[in-house]
Amino acid sequence: MPQAATRRGRPAAPLAGFLGRAAAGIGSLAVTVLGLLFVTFFIGRVMPIDPVLAVVGERASPEVYADARAALGLDQPLPVQFWYYLREVARGDFGMSLLTARPVIDDIARVFPATLELATLGVLIGVLIGVPLGVLAAVNRGRWVDQIARLVALVGYSMPIFWLGLIGLLVFYGILGWVGGPGRLDVFYDGLVPTVTGMILVDSALAGDWTVFSNALSHIILPASLLGYFSLAYISRMTRSFMLEALSAEYITTARVKGMSEWRVVWVHAFRNIRVQLLTVIVLSYANLLEGSVLTEIIFSWPGIGFYITNALLAADMNAVLGGTVVVGTIFIILNMVSDLLYKFFDPRAR
Amino acid sequence: MREWLLSDAPASRRQARLGRLYSGWLTFRENTLAMLGLGILVALVICAALAPWIAPHDPYVQDLATRLKPIGTPGHILGTDSLGRDILSRLIWGSRITLYIVTLVALIAPVVGLLVGTVAGYAGGLWDAVLMRITDIFLAFPRLVLALAFVAALGAGIENAVLAISLTAWPPYARLARAETLTIRNSDFISAIRLQGAGPVRIITRHIWPLCLSSLIVRVTLDMAGIILAAAGLGFLGLGAQPPSPEWGAMISEGRRFILDHWWVATVPGLAIFTVSLAFNLLGDGLRDVLDPKSGGSQ
Repeated sequence: MPQAATRRGRPAAPLAGFLGRAAAGIGSLAVTVLGLLFVTFFIGRVMPIDPVLAVVGERASPEVYADARAALGLDQPLPVQFWYYLREVARGDFGMSLLTARPVIDDIARVFPATLELATLGVLIGVLIGVPLGVLAAVNRGRWVDQIARLVALVGYSMPIFWLGLIGLLVFYGILGWVGGPGRLDVFYDGLVPTVTGMILVDSALAGDWTVFSNALSHIILPASLLGYFSLAYISRMTRSFMLEALSAEYITTARVKGMSEWRVVWVHAFRNIRVQLLTVIVLSYANLLEGSVLTEIIFSWPGIGFYITNALLAADMNAVLGGTVVVGTIFIILNMVSDLLYKFFDPRAR
Repeated sequence: MREWLLSDAPASRRQARLGRLYSGWLTFRENTLAMLGLGILVALVICAALAPWIAPHDPYVQDLATRLKPIGTPGHILGTDSLGRDILSRLIWGSRITLYIVTLVALIAPVVGLLVGTVAGYAGGLWDAVLMRITDIFLAFPRLVLALAFVAALGAGIENAVLAISLTAWPPYARLARAETLTIRNSDFISAIRLQGAGPVRIITRHIWPLCLSSLIVRVTLDMAGIILAAAGLGFLGLGAQPPSPEWGAMISEGRRFILDHWWVATVPGLAIFTVSLAFNLLGDGLRDVLDPKSGGSQ
């Protein structure tokens, strides 16, 4: 979790202060993304595949080889090459994918909605179950609810996600037949609804096609619950520790002394005060799900960005791997930063 | 012996140190779950050490006549895989690989983090700013995807998987070590040593590192579960240990094709991974209560 920097500063108007901090945040965002690009550039350099040979073939004459090398900019010094790389990335040009023979950026635009849909539903499940579980555990500290919540989280932290996915498929698809199998839809529903957002649940709802919607739902529910479980483990633990801190505050004692109902004390007084902290945790776990859905996507043949990167990797399609890494990494970094800024903007104590 | 260890007035430094260890052990022993975790890990180490003697079969020998035998088959308690190899034997040999990965990562990532963190914290100024900026950049990276990209560049294999995991795992240790260093740096005993003429290298290595160790150990133990899961994930994707190696993640990947008809081939190694990472989590929780009482309890 990123540290909430505590800087001393003059009290300023909240908006001006926020804008200043946002500018600083964008500055450090730029530095971090630059660092990411440097790492992917470096990886592209150290890899043992010669990009020139991939273009001209192994039997090219030295002149042809040298021309191609110059055309790719590989005869320039490394800093210049890095500058070229930055320029290409800024234009959204990650090169062509060997596997699909299309620009990497188009491929990513096509597969990304699938990951977004999966991660969004996953984090929703995690929040809807994790937050109440954490609050219950804090209110009943040390009692059986707390122990169960602890066990649930501990198992979540220790479970190999790809294995749980396999077992889930075996039980709920293979044996019970309750859910759809791998993939996003059954084959005969494919392409029935027009693509608007690329998220099938949204598209089919927009088109009013509820048969496709329910088929898509039966496919997404298992992988999304799985991802939801992993974010639940983290969210419920964090909720619990925030709530414990909030419940030990003096204003809670005051509220209790005034004779307020326990429900009101917990949800109106204590919970309201942890909303901001909780929001930052939720944004962080969202970022983690977007990134961490790689293994889940493989198990469920979910055609998202993790599936794309892994298949490209196994086919030694470096443009696709590095392009995917840059996109996922940048989103991850931005969400991290948003989580930090949210905290500073909404929580007066952090100003 | 017990009285000597728990004496209120230790006669030597060694007695005091051992006494503190012993009272820590007494607290730790109270924690049943942590002891369970420790027990599992000790069993794992024993399995790994005695693998050639306790494994009933050779983990690599294929026997197509006995392929895909279910759990409970005489001679193959946990069944056999698609090439007729005994799953129990492969699990036992695989424990060596798991320990190998865990040890390598535990030797690389915290050491790099400790070095970066203490230097940044002790030197301060420009060093601090630059080193912490780099740490923050690495901290903000997506770990699994970056590990994938590293392995893609370096080539699949267990050492490269370890390297990739370590490269993405060190930043939290650097932050931790820096925070500890900042609280130690201005204490009186450091000034005293400095007045005696100790140079920065000596101060960092002899006086700051030992004090950072306990919180670092707790953090490493708690992170081990995640590291095992990451390594198994890379193995599962075919980017870590390569077949026919009995690495547990790779075993799940091999069993994946038969999951609907022969569920045990993929299930058994998954249970092994789960058990070991659970053990590390339990042990880490227990160690935190003993070594680092400040942050204990509430988590």
